[in-house]
Amino acid sequence: MTVRDDVQLDLSYDSVVRRFAPVIGLETHVELGTVSKMFCGCSTEFGAEPNTHTCPVCLGLPGALPVVNAKAIEYTIRIGLALNCSIAEWCRFARKNYFYPDMPKNFQISQYDEPLCVDGHLDVVVEGQTYRVGIERVHMEEDTGKNTHVGGATGRIHGAEYSLVDFNRAGIPLIEIVTKPVEGTGPLAPEVAKAYVTELRDILRSLGVSDVKMEQGSLRCDVNTSLSPIGVSEWGTRTETKNVNSLRSVERAVRSEIIRQAAILDRGGKIKQETRHFQETTGETRSGRSKEEATDYRYFPEPDLVPVAPARDWVAEIRASLPELPAARRTRLKSELGLSTEDLQQMVNAGVVEAVGETVQAGASATEARNWWMGYLAEQANSREVEPTSLPITPAQVARVILLVADGKLSTALARQAVDGVLQTGKDVDAIVAERGLAVVSDTSELTRAADEAIAANPDVADKVRGGKVAAVGALVGAVMKATRGQADAPAVRQILLQQLGVSE
Amino acid sequence: MTQLHELDAASTAAAIASGEVSAIEVTQAHLDRITAVDGDVRAFLHVDTEGALAAANAVDEQRSAGAALGPLAGVPLAMKDVVVTKGLPTTSGSKILEGWVPPYDATVTRRVLDAGIVMLGKTNMDEFAMGSSTENSAYHPTHNPWDLSRVPGGSSGGSAAAVAAFEAPLSIGTDTGGSIRQPAAVTGIVGHKPTYGAVSRYGLIAFSSSLDQAGPFGRTVLDAALLHEVIAGPDPLDSTSIPQPGPDVVAAARQGARGDLAGVRVGVVRELTGAGGGYQQGVLDCFRAAVDTLAGLGAEIVEVSCPNFDYALAAYYLIAPSECSSNLARFDGVRYGLRVGDDGSHSLEEVMSLTREQGFGAEVKRRIMIGTYALSSGYYDAYYGQAQKVRTLIARDFAAAFTAVDVLVSPTSPFVAFGIGERVADPMAMYVNDLCTLPASLAGTPAISVPCGLSDETGPALPVGLQIMAPAMADDRCYRVGAAFEAAYTAANGFILKQISQLGAVR
Ligand SMILES: [Zn+2]
Repeated sequence: MTVRDDVQLDLSYDSVVRRFAPVIGLETHVELGTVSKMFCGCSTEFGAEPNTHTCPVCLGLPGALPVVNAKAIEYTIRIGLALNCSIAEWCRFARKNYFYPDMPKNFQISQYDEPLCVDGHLDVVVEGQTYRVGIERVHMEEDTGKNTHVGGATGRIHGAEYSLVDFNRAGIPLIEIVTKPVEGTGPLAPEVAKAYVTELRDILRSLGVSDVKMEQGSLRCDVNTSLSPIGVSEWGTRTETKNVNSLRSVERAVRSEIIRQAAILDRGGKIKQETRHFQETTGETRSGRSKEEATDYRYFPEPDLVPVAPARDWVAEIRASLPELPAARRTRLKSELGLSTEDLQQMVNAGVVEAVGETVQAGASATEARNWWMGYLAEQANSREVEPTSLPITPAQVARVILLVADGKLSTALARQAVDGVLQTGKDVDAIVAERGLAVVSDTSELTRAADEAIAANPDVADKVRGGKVAAVGALVGAVMKATRGQADAPAVRQILLQQLGVSE
Repeated sequence: MTQLHELDAASTAAAIASGEVSAIEVTQAHLDRITAVDGDVRAFLHVDTEGALAAANAVDEQRSAGAALGPLAGVPLAMKDVVVTKGLPTTSGSKILEGWVPPYDATVTRRVLDAGIVMLGKTNMDEFAMGSSTENSAYHPTHNPWDLSRVPGGSSGGSAAAVAAFEAPLSIGTDTGGSIRQPAAVTGIVGHKPTYGAVSRYGLIAFSSSLDQAGPFGRTVLDAALLHEVIAGPDPLDSTSIPQPGPDVVAAARQGARGDLAGVRVGVVRELTGAGGGYQQGVLDCFRAAVDTLAGLGAEIVEVSCPNFDYALAAYYLIAPSECSSNLARFDGVRYGLRVGDDGSHSLEEVMSLTREQGFGAEVKRRIMIGTYALSSGYYDAYYGQAQKVRTLIARDFAAAFTAVDVLVSPTSPFVAFGIGERVADPMAMYVNDLCTLPASLAGTPAISVPCGLSDETGPALPVGLQIMAPAMADDRCYRVGAAFEAAYTAANGFILKQISQLGAVR
C-alpha cells in the first residue's frame, strides 16, 4: 500500500465520522480510599513528606512479604457489584515483572487471568440515548512509587541529571476497571467516553471507596481508540492514550485521536499499535512507547499470597449494604422534584444532581435548590475553576440559606453574602449571618424614616416621580438600600417610597 | 570433663537454668571454639562477638533477677545469612548485598532472640541458597568438619558445619529443595524441614517463595525439636503461614527417645532407594541397616511406590528458577547493596545491568535465565504450568502413601560429602544431590534427616543421613521416629560425631 500525501481530504471531525466508525475502550485506574496500603500497614494519606509512609514491605526490602488488606478486597467487591459484575469465588494475585526504579521489587503485584470481578456493565445516557458499556473486568493491584527526574529538558528519565523516588505512593491499593470495546457510538464516541468516566466517578464516590480526584491522580484514565471505515465490520488497529487527567480531556483525547488516525488512513497509511500521551496544552496525543517493543511481563501467580476466596455470604452482605447508586437516585429525584428530562440532563451535565438531592433532603425546596446549584454556586465554581461539588459548602448549608430566605430573614442579596462568607471562611451559615449582621430590615418606621431622608436628599428625582415618571423611583430605592446596607427588602422599600411621594402605580 | 562447647542444647540450657554455668561462660566458650576452628571450617560469614556477649549477659541478669527462663535461654545459635537480622550484615551469600545492614528482623530472628537464644553470627551459604555444596558462596567455601577437603553440603552448609564442628549447638537453616536435610546428612547432624507454612518466611530472603522453609539444625533430635518449637507458629506477617499452631514436636521427640515404635507403619519409597542406580552403595547399606533398626523398634515396614517422584527434579528446576527470576529482580543497585557503573557515563538500565552482572554469581545467573525463559509468554504453559501439574501429582503420591503408612523413609542424599571443586563444572551432577529431598519440598510436607551410619566408600568414614517424611502438619511423626532411631543407633554405635577425626585435636 502506498502512502499518498497529495490528497487533500476534509479532516474536520464531522467529515471524519461520516467516513469512519470509532471503537473505544477505557481502562480506568482508581486509588482506593483505604486507610492503609494494599499489602502493608503504611498510611495512604496524600501529600506527606517523601518516603515517610514506607516500611520493609512497600520498599520491597529483601525478605519482606505482602499481606492483603481485607478492606481493599471489600472495596473492590463493592465496585464490582455496583458495576453488575460477577464476583470470582476464587482468584489469585499475579506478578507482573518489569524493571523500573519506581517499583521497589521490580515486579508489581497485580491480577492477570483471574480478576476478582468480571463481566459487568454500566449504562450511560448521551443526548437522550442510553449506551451500555460492557465491563470486562475489575482487578486489584498496587500502585508504584513516584519518580521526579531533575535536570534535562523534558522532565523524563532520559537526559535527567538525577532522579528522585518517593515510595509513599508505592503499594497504595489500585483497582483497574477495563471496559469491553464500545461500538456503535458513531460521532458520539468522545461524549460516551466522557459520560462513562463521569458516571463511573459518581458511582465510586457514592460507594465511598475512593475520593476520585482526577487532579490528584486518584482516578486515572487510559483511552483506547480505533477506526474502521463505515461498512467494514473488522476493527482497525488501536492506540492507547495515557495521561488523560480530567473529564474534559477524556472527550478531547478521543476526538483528537479519531482525527489523527483518520488523517493517516485517508492517506493509505497504517495505524501503529502504540501508547500515546495526551497533551493537555495542545489537546493532541503524542507517540510514546511502541507496543512492538513491549515487554513480556512474565506473569505468574504470586506465590507469597494465598488465593482470595470471598465467602458467598460476605458478598451477599456487601451487596445488601450498597448505597443507592447515582442512576437510581436520579430517577428518584426526577419524580420527587418533578423535573423534566431536560432539567435533569442539565443538572447531570453540571454535575450537581447529588448536591441538589441532598439539599432538598436537608429541607430546601426543589426549585430553590436547583436554582442555587445551577446558578450562583455554578458561577462561583466556574470562577474558581472547580466543580460545583468541590466548593467548600455543603448541601446542608445551602439548604439553611434557602430556608432563611423563605422565612424572609434574608434577602437574595444577603443570602449571597452569607454564601460568600461560608465559602471564604468555612464557618456555618448562622455564624456568618450573626457575625456580619446580615438581616432584612423589616421595621417599617425605620424604612419610612430612611425613605423620607432619601426624598429630602434627592428633590429632583422626587419631583420626577411625583410628575408621573414612576420608574425614576429606582434611584431612590437604591439610596435607601445603600443607607440600610442592603438589609432592606427592595420591593417593600419601593412601596414605602411611592406611598410617601403620594404616587400610586 | 566435657567442655562447654560439647554439650547439646538441652543440657546447656539446663546448666544455665540451674546456675551451674552462666550464659556468658557458655557464649565465651563457643566464641573461643569459633576462634580455634573456624579458620579451618569457615562456617561463619560474620561473628557478632559483642552482640552475643550482650545477649548472654541479659539472660544472666534475668536469671539473677529471678525471671523464668525459656527452654533454650542462653544457648548459642548460628544463623544462616539468608535470614534478615536488624543491625547485623545480611548478604545471603552474595556480593550484591555486601555491606547491607537490614533495618528490621525476620520473624525467625525475632523469635530466636525473644527466647533468650544467643545469636553468635551469620553462617555461610550458597549464594541466595542456590546450591548443594556451599561452594556457590560469593565469599568462600565452607569445609566439612569430617574431612576439610570436602563440602559440607548446601545450601545451609555453614549452619550445618558450625553445629558439626561444635561451634554452636544449634543453627537455623533454610530448605528449598533439600538445603537443610542434605547438609545435615553429610555433616552427621540432625536437620528438619518443617511443613511449608509452619515457620514464617517473613524476613527470609526469598529464593523460591512456594518452597522456602526455615528449620532447625542440632546435634540431637531433641535439640532440633526444641528449636523448632521456638521458631514455628502462625505469623500475621506471612500470609502463607499456617494459621493454626503445629503439633508438639518436643513431646514427640521425648516420646520417640523411649525407643518404642510399635504400631508405627514405615513406608520405604521404592523410587528413592536406588533401584535405577545412581546411589552410592555405602549410602544404600547404611539406609538398609537403618530400616532394619526401625523394624527392630517395632515399626511395621512396607514398601511404597510413588511413581511421580521421578519427575520431581525436572519440576523443581523449573519452579524454583522461575520464582527466583522474579524474587531476585529487586537486586538492581538502585536502593541498597552493590551498585556498579554509577559514574555518570552509564544510563540507569546500564547501571542495573552492570550491577547484576558483577553482583550475581554463575549459578544464580543460570537460574535467573532458566526461570526467565520458563515464564516467557508462549513457554509458560509448557514449563512453569506443566511443572505445577507435576507438583500436584507428587502431592497426590504422598497423600496416597500416607493412607497406608505413617511415615516414609529414604536416604537423605544418594551421596556422602564430595570433594570441594569436584562437581562445580557439572550442574547436573550437583542437582542430583537433592534427588531424595525434592519430593517433600514440592509437596510442602515435613521431613527430617537423622544420622544413620558412616560410609568409607569414597575414602574416610563419612556420615550418611536417613530421611523421615510425614504428612503436612504432622512434623511430630518425623521427630518421634527420628528420636527413636537416634536412641537405638547411639546405643549400638555411640554418638556419631565422636568419630570426627580431623577436628579431634581441638575437640
Ligand atoms: Zn509499607
